[in-house]
Amino acid sequence: MITITLRYFASLREQIGRSQETLTLADSITVLDVWQYVHQTPLPDNTLIAVNMEYVERIHYICDGDEVAFFPPVTGG
Amino acid sequence: MTIKIVDSVFDPFLEIQDFQTQLALNGKFGATSIFIGTMRDFNEGDEVHAMTLEHYEGMTQKQLEKIITTAKDKWTILESLIVHRIGDILPSEPIVLIAIWSAHRADAFEACRYIMEELKSNAPFWKRETLSSHQTRWVLKNTGSK
Repeated sequence: MITITLRYFASLREQIGRSQETLTLADSITVLDVWQYVHQTPLPDNTLIAVNMEYVERIHYICDGDEVAFFPPVTGG
Repeated sequence: MTIKIVDSVFDPFLEIQDFQTQLALNGKFGATSIFIGTMRDFNEGDEVHAMTLEHYEGMTQKQLEKIITTAKDKWTILESLIVHRIGDILPSEPIVLIAIWSAHRADAFEACRYIMEELKSNAPFWKRETLSSHQTRWVLKNTGSK
């Protein structure tokens, strides 16, 4: 079994209505499939994805214990 | 390399002065390049009354460290300081400070610009504006290298 933590930030967090949740899966899937499994909607085009605080592509496969974050384009500085 | 994420108003010039006083680099640096980003009271044609800056704690520090490490591979940098605000901000308050110390000006100028542009593209901060009408909105994207 694979257990991961999902985190959402900024406008995406507000749209989803929560900042964090835990997900347990039988097998490793990609971060894009994680989004589709949980939300049943296409991932918004401009969404950025990080695993364990490093940017990843949508085809990145998750591992047990990963922290997977979804967020809109960054606007700091 | 020093990275500070602060949740209250800071004075960028005092930060530079304090940091430089503590550096054991007297006689070694010949150039200091600084960038200070300050909150405007207008954006996209609207008056902006206030702003809230959110970040992804941990990832922010990790990404900024990575940016500075890459800059050190490209240019000869003696020291670097980044200070970035989070929380509630008012117009004319500083948002970000980048300061780079090097032996020669080209390294300081170029590294400072590079670090700022990379911060804009990769450091996970998000701005939410409160307009003078009290309506709030998320800033959707940063401007290009303007």
